Amino acid sequence: MTAETSKEVWVYIEQEEKAIHPVSFELLGVAKRLAQDLEGITAGVLLGHEVSDLTSEIFAYGADKVYIVSHPALAYYRHRAYAKALYEVAKRYKPEILLLPATPLGRDLAGGVATLLETGLTADVTELSIDKATKNLLMTRPAYGGNIMATIICPDHRPQMASVRPRIFPMPERKEGRTGEIITVEVELSEEEVGVERIGFIPKEKTVKIELAEVIVAGGKGIGGKEGFAKLFELSKLLNGEVGASRLAVEAGWISYEHQVGQTGKTVRPKVYLAVGISGAIQHRAGMQNSDCIISINIDPKADIFKISDLGIVGDWKKIIPALIERIKKEKGLG
Amino acid sequence: MLNLLVSIKQVPDTTNIRINPETGTLIREGVPAVINPYDISALALACNLKKTYGGKITVITMGPPQARLALKEAIEYFADRIILLTDRRFAGADTLATSYTLAEAIKFLEKTDRPFDLYLFGKQAIDGDTAQVGPGVAARLNVPVITYTIKIEELDLEKRKIVVQRKTERGIEILSARLPVLLTCEKEAGHPVFSPLSAILQAQKAEPEVFGADGRIPYDLNRLGLKGSPTRVHRVYTPEIKKQGKMINLDEVGVEAAVEEIIKLFKAKGVL
Ligand SMILES: Cc1cc2nc3c(=O)[nH]c(=O)nc-3n(C[C@H](O)[C@H](O)[C@H](O)COP(=O)(O)OP(=O)(O)OC[C@H]3O[C@@H](n4cnc5c(N)ncnc54)[C@H](O)[C@@H]3O)c2cc1C
Ligand SMILES: Nc1ncnc2c1ncn2[C@@H]1O[C@H](COP(=O)(O)O)[C@@H](O)[C@H]1O
Repeated sequence: MTAETSKEVWVYIEQEEKAIHPVSFELLGVAKRLAQDLEGITAGVLLGHEVSDLTSEIFAYGADKVYIVSHPALAYYRHRAYAKALYEVAKRYKPEILLLPATPLGRDLAGGVATLLETGLTADVTELSIDKATKNLLMTRPAYGGNIMATIICPDHRPQMASVRPRIFPMPERKEGRTGEIITVEVELSEEEVGVERIGFIPKEKTVKIELAEVIVAGGKGIGGKEGFAKLFELSKLLNGEVGASRLAVEAGWISYEHQVGQTGKTVRPKVYLAVGISGAIQHRAGMQNSDCIISINIDPKADIFKISDLGIVGDWKKIIPALIERIKKEKGLG
Repeated sequence: MLNLLVSIKQVPDTTNIRINPETGTLIREGVPAVINPYDISALALACNLKKTYGGKITVITMGPPQARLALKEAIEYFADRIILLTDRRFAGADTLATSYTLAEAIKFLEKTDRPFDLYLFGKQAIDGDTAQVGPGVAARLNVPVITYTIKIEELDLEKRKIVVQRKTERGIEILSARLPVLLTCEKEAGHPVFSPLSAILQAQKAEPEVFGADGRIPYDLNRLGLKGSPTRVHRVYTPEIKKQGKMINLDEVGVEAAVEEIIKLFKAKGVL
């Protein structure tokens, strides 16, 4: 799609069962900054059935406008229904930029919508800015396993589309009571054209949500086994945190994939990331380098993880982690 | 009889990727090319379905001439027909141009032979990790898509119905769809088994049918390759590393002092 656009920066608001995925708010934060550079406005696009109660949250996190499509066919996520609805809204109101979460649902949606709009889409973007001269969106993403960074542009097609993983950008400030314009859009949808129906759902027994943890104690190959990870679990519990892991630790079977941090795992940005027995390969760093404070423990003084650490401790974790646990217990009056 | 299409991509084996630190470019020498691992699952799934329901498997790929090796390997998964889309004008395609090139070829195959019941894709290609081509092709073919497929529970050819398990962030969704449908496959969707020697021998002899942008498939040349790609690489660089902070050596300062350093930071960050 080419042609004239409004100077609007849109964020697709991902909701399931009337709960908004927090990455949508993170994207509203970036959208605001981009909109300022374009002298435009920020809008959220909300699709679902009977979800209008959610608009106040979207405004609170900085949207100036909310486009909403409400339809029974949108009661739960189905590709064809959601793709058509988002496509129709974008075709009618012509945003300059459309950002989507790079969650499983967001990725599913983005590829279809970009194709319907005949525009470019950049996946897993880690940096977004506006080129001062051309006003194009600069979309930067890791390529070749994070070994290089590539800045992608979409100069002649609109909207410029990008997907962004959770926790790449910080959560913007929430302002209770902020409001804006609500635009209700009618879209025709039929069960016939959607073609897919949910007939069952098996919820995960336990979902590990390390993306939102404020403290992460992460272990790598140097932990040596499950017993070692038990220690890390003990420490993370004392800190109300979660346990993260490198891919090698996951592959060794010491901990499940849901804990994996990195390019092929999760992206995290906790207040404190404690990396224990992790060498700091680029694919691991890609998932944690935005952490506020990084502390690492490694016996190898040349380990790459030290290069990005606020505090690096050269030594054996088996000596320091048990002592740290005891010290925190004492602090909390538990020991 | 099932008519199956599998779309595969040849990718560099990224576990072995090395980058020239001076130029920031990929060192291609000695990096083996493999079939994208998720596409292997799609092939194995097709192979299983063929065993159960009978039918025909067509495997397609777009890529440079050496991608024919990936297609030859597909014969080991009992592929009946292998199609290589290769042409200089296809080069430099982003996901939009790729989905166009594949979808037009698929439409051509359907017109000259018969329609497919299932289109099987990988969840994503490990070289770019975009996961965009499957949903893109589905949009162009105007068929439903189910991503992150882990299992086919049921397939009823008479009723033209399929039941699929799909992995989501919160659990496993069970979806019923009408045929035709496009599935993108997770690792669990299909497991390769050892191919019989006869299949391996056949694979060695097999050569793909080759199509280009020469007019047999009615391509709009403006929508192919770099020309048909809305995205452009603006700049490439090696990521800069955050500055190193304080370093201490456990054996020099002792455990107690090291623990205090950590505690100090925990408190400064408000997590203790
Ligand atoms: C395409 C691709 C995607 C990838 N995705 C990811 C990803 O998402 N996440 C990820 O983590 N990796 C990923 N990897 C793998 C990555 O390249 C590294 O192999 C991996 O991160 C290394 O894990 P590690 O640091 O635990 O192991 P190692 O590199 O083996 O490091 C172990 C460290 O432990 C230290 N150690 C040993 N004993 C002790 C001790 N007693 N006390 C203290 N320190 C000790 C050692 O000095 C060493 O530095 C990916 C690779 C590829 C090619
Ligand atoms: N050049 C290609 N030729 C054939 N199939 C492809 C090609 N590129 C991508 N695909 C298919 O699309 C899936 C997703 O790829 P991607 O969107 O690049 O992550 C792959 O697993 C393949 O099934």
